[in-house]
Amino acid sequence: MLLAGTLPIRSLKLKAGPGRLAGDGKFMIGEETFPANRGTGAMMAACLSICEKYGLGEPHCVVSGDIGKGDGSILLYNYLKEKLPGMGVKVMTFHYIMPNLPCHNMVIKVIKAMKKPPILIADAGFMYVAKMSGLARYYDVFTPDLGELAFLADREAPHPFYTRGFIFHMEDRAKELIKLAYEHENSAKFLLVKGKKDYICKDGEILEEVKDPDIPELEAIGGTGDTITGMIAALIYKGISEEEALILSARTNRLAGKLAKPTPATQIGEIIEKIPQALEEILEGNNNE
Amino acid sequence: MKEKLTRFYSKFKGRKKETFNTGKGLILFSETSEAIRAETILKKAGYEVRMVAPPYHLRKGCDLAVEFQLMEQLGIERSLKEAGNQPLEFMPISEETLKPVEIVKKTDFGKWLMIKAANMKITFEKETGNIVNVSGGGCPDVPFLAGEMIGKNLNEAPSPGDIGHTVCAYSLNVAFEESKKNFKELKNDASCRHSSHKEFKT
Repeated sequence: MLLAGTLPIRSLKLKAGPGRLAGDGKFMIGEETFPANRGTGAMMAACLSICEKYGLGEPHCVVSGDIGKGDGSILLYNYLKEKLPGMGVKVMTFHYIMPNLPCHNMVIKVIKAMKKPPILIADAGFMYVAKMSGLARYYDVFTPDLGELAFLADREAPHPFYTRGFIFHMEDRAKELIKLAYEHENSAKFLLVKGKKDYICKDGEILEEVKDPDIPELEAIGGTGDTITGMIAALIYKGISEEEALILSARTNRLAGKLAKPTPATQIGEIIEKIPQALEEILEGNNNE
Repeated sequence: MKEKLTRFYSKFKGRKKETFNTGKGLILFSETSEAIRAETILKKAGYEVRMVAPPYHLRKGCDLAVEFQLMEQLGIERSLKEAGNQPLEFMPISEETLKPVEIVKKTDFGKWLMIKAANMKITFEKETGNIVNVSGGGCPDVPFLAGEMIGKNLNEAPSPGDIGHTVCAYSLNVAFEESKKNFKELKNDASCRHSSHKEFKT
């Protein structure tokens, strides 16, 4: 399994290696420690927590420093172009990476040439460029929030910020937007739409709606969407079907949030710590949420 | 006579307005942060400009262009040159460009207030103005901006418009400005309540 994304560290060039949790809201790649406080860090830490729980080994993590200028993202794109063919990756997750269409298409070209292409999961910046490339259908899983879903549903929008008809009552329009995203071929095969209610979809069909427990404070906490993406990657890597992995991740994320007894000031690390317990409770059926 | 003159001027005024509104252009920059800075410079200088998506063939995804009235190009070029914020190109536009989302929503969590602008959210403590969380967005500067802002007071935190690079930063800046405005109003309300309470006591 390969996890790729940028971290907001100016001095960081590129770091690749096996990832593992380091405790105290941190994780390690090789011998270097990184904070898991949001974005790619939160995604990786959530994934690592499940890998650790099930003894799935240490996934290959690759990160670069990027504060929004795109320089670190270029390093990542180039790394993927060069290294992917020989890695034998089964599951691959792309996260906070500056959209760059030529670079994205170059990476996809490399993946298409692989004997057995990996299951592709994309979120954040990489999901934006995947949609813009017109190759969204080549991906297996996207994990948009409602604003990002509206962006996928809008053929012209280059970014969720420009989405036409963006309104704050999109919750009511989620089903319509899901339909449009698939109709315009701007969706991956599977979608997990994150919102007050989470929608798990496959090829245009809503398979499941997850709405409990409903913890409004989670919307304010940065990283609560990133953790879902990380969990999906780990569960698919474990061998669970995409459909089940998406449902389980949505439920686990909500329960982990509840177990952390959050306020709007809670940081994502406190929720990541609860992921193994939440997953266990759900799998053992001890939780009725 | 006066009526005739009024009619004449109103016609002239109408035509002039039409001329101004028909020709729009885009200012393109090599960096999104430069576009964000240009909007601030030009708005301060009194120009009616707004952020839009760059033309389709030039889009990268997390980038912005500035829409302006073509008639004002010369003055705009001068303002940007004086501010040392040189654009890559000025170009006319003929079709409707995609406008950014400008809706702002508040969620009251009791002790905290969350301000959402498009896809970005800032949550601050109502009593102190301390930023406790930043969420939403998918551009790579979002985690950087969150790290720079969380734990700081709204009056001291760096502006995402100054240190950000993408449209998510632009959106976060809208939420930031709105948060500051809301915090100020909250403080004013509290101080009014305090003074009226004191008046009542005396």
